[in-house]
Amino acid sequence: MSESSENGAGPDQENDQRRLRKNDMLKMYYGMDGGNGQPSNDPLDIDSPNFNADHYLRKLKQENNLSELMDAENDMAKQIRTLDSDMQTLVYENYNKFISATDTIRTMKRDFRQMEDEMEKLTSNMAAITQLNAKINSTMETNRQQITKLSGVHSLLKKLQFLFELPARLKKCLEMGSYAAAVSYYTRTRAVLQHYQHMESFSGIERDCKNIVNEIISKLKETFYDKDSNTHQLAECVGLLLRLGEPAGLLCDDYLQHAKSKLDEDLQELRSYLAGENSAGTSDESEGPGLLIDVLEFMDRGSNGFLSNLSLTIAAYENLFIKQTEVSSMTAAMDGSFSPLLQSNDVCEVANTKLLSFVQDLLETYFALVEKRLMLDKRSRDNALIVRALDRFFRRLQATTNLLPNVNIMKLGGEIIVKVAKARCEHYQLALKEFFTDCLTDARHAISAPKGKSNQSHPNLLDLVNSTASAILNQIKSVLADVQLFTVRDINFSAMTYFRREFCCDDVREVVIVHFIRYISETLLSFCDSSNLSKTTTPPPALLLLLSRLCRDFEQSTVAYVLTLTDEQFMIPSRDKTSQVGDLTTEMGETAHKLLEAYVQYSGLSLSRMIRTSIEARDWLKCVEPRQVRAVMRRVVEEVTQSDQQVGYLYEEGVRTARSSDSSKRTHPVSVSRQRERSHWGAYAPSSTMDNSLLSNIQKLFSERVDVFGPVEFSRTSILTGVVKIALKTLLECVRLKTFSKFGLQQLQVDCHYLQLYLWRFVSDENIVHGLLDEVIASCVHRCVEPTVMEPSVIDVICERG
Amino acid sequence: MDIEDAPIIYGLELPARSLCAQNGETNLSRYLVATQSLRQENQVHLIEFDDENNQLEKLIYPHPCGEVWHISSSYSDPLIFSTCFSSFSSGELTTGCKIWKLPQEVNSEEGLSSIAADQIGNHPSNTIEEVADIKSDDIKDVSHVLWKPLEEDCQFIALGNGSMQLWDMSESPSCVSTFKIPERKGHQCNITNGKWNPHHGAKQFAVATGQNISTWDVRSQTQAFKIENAHGQLVRDLDYNPNKQYHIVTCGDDCLVKFWDVREPTLPVSVLSEDHSHWVWAARFNPFHDQLILSGGSDSRVVLYNKASISSEPYGQLLDEDLDEEDSDVDTNRDREPVKDGLIAVFDEHEDSVYAVEWSAADPWSFASLSYDGRVVINKVPKKVKFDILL
Repeated sequence: MSESSENGAGPDQENDQRRLRKNDMLKMYYGMDGGNGQPSNDPLDIDSPNFNADHYLRKLKQENNLSELMDAENDMAKQIRTLDSDMQTLVYENYNKFISATDTIRTMKRDFRQMEDEMEKLTSNMAAITQLNAKINSTMETNRQQITKLSGVHSLLKKLQFLFELPARLKKCLEMGSYAAAVSYYTRTRAVLQHYQHMESFSGIERDCKNIVNEIISKLKETFYDKDSNTHQLAECVGLLLRLGEPAGLLCDDYLQHAKSKLDEDLQELRSYLAGENSAGTSDESEGPGLLIDVLEFMDRGSNGFLSNLSLTIAAYENLFIKQTEVSSMTAAMDGSFSPLLQSNDVCEVANTKLLSFVQDLLETYFALVEKRLMLDKRSRDNALIVRALDRFFRRLQATTNLLPNVNIMKLGGEIIVKVAKARCEHYQLALKEFFTDCLTDARHAISAPKGKSNQSHPNLLDLVNSTASAILNQIKSVLADVQLFTVRDINFSAMTYFRREFCCDDVREVVIVHFIRYISETLLSFCDSSNLSKTTTPPPALLLLLSRLCRDFEQSTVAYVLTLTDEQFMIPSRDKTSQVGDLTTEMGETAHKLLEAYVQYSGLSLSRMIRTSIEARDWLKCVEPRQVRAVMRRVVEEVTQSDQQVGYLYEEGVRTARSSDSSKRTHPVSVSRQRERSHWGAYAPSSTMDNSLLSNIQKLFSERVDVFGPVEFSRTSILTGVVKIALKTLLECVRLKTFSKFGLQQLQVDCHYLQLYLWRFVSDENIVHGLLDEVIASCVHRCVEPTVMEPSVIDVICERG
Repeated sequence: MDIEDAPIIYGLELPARSLCAQNGETNLSRYLVATQSLRQENQVHLIEFDDENNQLEKLIYPHPCGEVWHISSSYSDPLIFSTCFSSFSSGELTTGCKIWKLPQEVNSEEGLSSIAADQIGNHPSNTIEEVADIKSDDIKDVSHVLWKPLEEDCQFIALGNGSMQLWDMSESPSCVSTFKIPERKGHQCNITNGKWNPHHGAKQFAVATGQNISTWDVRSQTQAFKIENAHGQLVRDLDYNPNKQYHIVTCGDDCLVKFWDVREPTLPVSVLSEDHSHWVWAARFNPFHDQLILSGGSDSRVVLYNKASISSEPYGQLLDEDLDEEDSDVDTNRDREPVKDGLIAVFDEHEDSVYAVEWSAADPWSFASLSYDGRVVINKVPKKVKFDILL
């Protein structure tokens, strides 16, 4: 087939083109072109459309031998045969389809002819309908226009009638008191009326309306200014007035003025309480409770009267002016009647600022009153009441804040509370100080009072110390408990940052507690300032001793305890502790030490005075032979014993340096010390003949230097050692200024021996006593015109007898 | 301590409590010390301190009249001095007061070293000559004699029995006037010490009675000022600031040294409380640099203190200004920080109570102290302090 077509293709190009296109279309239909892709244009390819039989043959002939050609021919013939048969089957298959297609086309031709007829019929019908319709329309047109006109006239007439009836209606409304309706009628018509003002009748109506409306306005204002009208009425009034175009600013002012007068009454009432307080306070603070109200009630009245009224006013005002203006401006906009007076934003702003300044003014007055009242109670004992009052005040303020977030009520109120809290802390500081002074006075009395009684010559100092200390501690505790009320959780203002931090750290810890501790320390220090010793009345030594012990207790436990207590109760973080416990305790310790030293000095001084007068007042050259210990020495020993007793109540025994190795000494102090003392006298006996200054110098080389007013430790022996040292040194210095006869020396020997017998037991190192007494005797020997010492045995006898 | 700063210690064989500088001698550092012994022969020691060689020369004279309680020297004549003494004889204790004159040879420019060499074979001059016996019906027991601190004047005041008596030595010793200190509560005032006011031509005299100080105008015999309760206990000594009027120092049995402005006698200007642990028996301003305060007490301590802040030279010495007036020097002077007060040194060479301290009359930088055991210690102001003051 290819061959034949090839042959026939040459003359008829166009046919060939068409065939190619059909081929393409078929290919597309069967989806073949995707498979082959582009058919090759090789003229040697037998399947190619550009196949050139001549070329092909030539090529075959050139390239193949005979047998091959034969094969190719066979092959070709076979191919041709298969292609022929294929074509035949294809033709058969498609023939049937063509037949049926032809049949279908034929029936279709027949059916369409029938349909064409019917369509023609329809077209003619439609034309008839159109014609009829046009005819009807033209006949009806005139009527319709008339109807529209009539209905327009009707509505206009209706409106006119409303206008004409308006005055009457308004009047009726006025009479009935339904101002709201009247106002809405009026606002709806106002614009129209204004528009047609130039027409006689309309202006007449407008005049009438205006008159009536003015009447309404005046009526409304009447209600507005009426003190008794309730807020609802007021709200309505204001709403209506605003809608009637009254200037909002003026209304605000008027309203606020009105409210202010009411609130001022409340304030006046509060002020009257204050005034009553003043007069009562000056006459007698404790007696006037009938006249005045306590602070809690004051707060109650303040919050219930003034603050609640204020809140009401604010709420109403906001309702009236701020919300109302919005509403009315909206309605105005809806009415289409635009009023320049009702620019809602401006009005809101104006109203708000007015309200703010109004509220601020009033609150300031109120706060001033509250503060004044609270400060009146600054020194009151009942802290709980104040805290409750403050709490109530605070809560009410919080409630008010919600109404007016713009006004910084909480800040002002908070300041007042802080101020009051600080004032209270200062009050407690003062109270503690007063208490401490009272304690001191009590202690002083307790020490000096029982001296008159014969039996109990000394009050138990330890009891006194303990009772004083516990009294102070209790006072501190109660103060802490009181102050803690400020920070209790269910007190609202305790949540303020001030109360969480500064109040605890600065006010409670520093101002109240630390300051008090420092105050104690300072007050006590002033007792032992020796420079003003002679000018003020000197405190009794026992008091000094007691106070030193008190300080010591404070140093060792109380201060730390109080501070820990404070820190715990107020949850003070360690970084906020301005003053450290350590500093305070060392301060206390130093005070205790100073007091103790002062005690030693005072006690020593009184002994010194006694000794000095006893030495100076006597003519030692004209002594008689000593028969007994001089009374003054007994007194000295008595005094030392007394001091020892006092000190023994308060201080531990303390360390004694080893006395002699004999441990039984304590039980037989007299006899043992006598033995020891004998050896001392033994050393003295030859000294009268020897150069005694050399001897004493040698002695001194081996004994330690004695600091007479040296440091004192917190122990019984150390204290007593201090006292004894001062007394003996005085004796030494006084002896050196005198001249002694033989008996004078002997008397002094007796005295010194007596002192030695009794004083050693009080001191930490009896060698101090021995050393000093030895020096006294040595000096006396030196100052003696006839240094004949007494026999030790005789001295013993005299001393024992005494 | 520097070797040069090491103290010189001179021991007397007998106890002593009286010491004075030889006030009339302004070239040599000399002191007079007198012993106090009831039974042995008492002596007066003339001690000369040679600063250059750090040596001590002495002459010893017997004091025939008994133990000496107080010694003081004239300002006008270096050879003249007085002693107040007591002696015990035949069961009676008698007190007295005499004016003495040192031998003429002592008054030599070279100092004692030359005389001491001579003296070995020259015994007769080894005595002091009695010039006058101060006796009066008004004062039985003279406890102190205080010479008027003026070179041209030869007056002194004797204290005793609650009275003070002004004597004039210019021709023959004669009592010029007697003045009795008013009694207190019916008791005669016990005068512990006295001092001439060196200012204004020495017309005032201050006495310490008990806890109080009172000052009297010598001519009119009226009270000038008084300090009541100057100390809590006895006032032991007082001294006038030589360079600053109205300023005095006092010390007493309350272990304190106090500075007073006599125009404001209610409160002391300053108090030294730390350094003495027993009675303070003597306190002295340095006669040239009044910021240096010396005090000695029965705690055996001698304390040297710097009190520049209340001295006449609170900003250090301003000598330079006259010498060179260059701008730079003026600036450095202005910028100078006030000298800080403070303890300079505690001298603890004594083993017994110190009853007297005295600055040298000739040398501003040395001083002597005397303790009861008869030990005289001559010390110097530490060099550093000295240079701080001078430069």
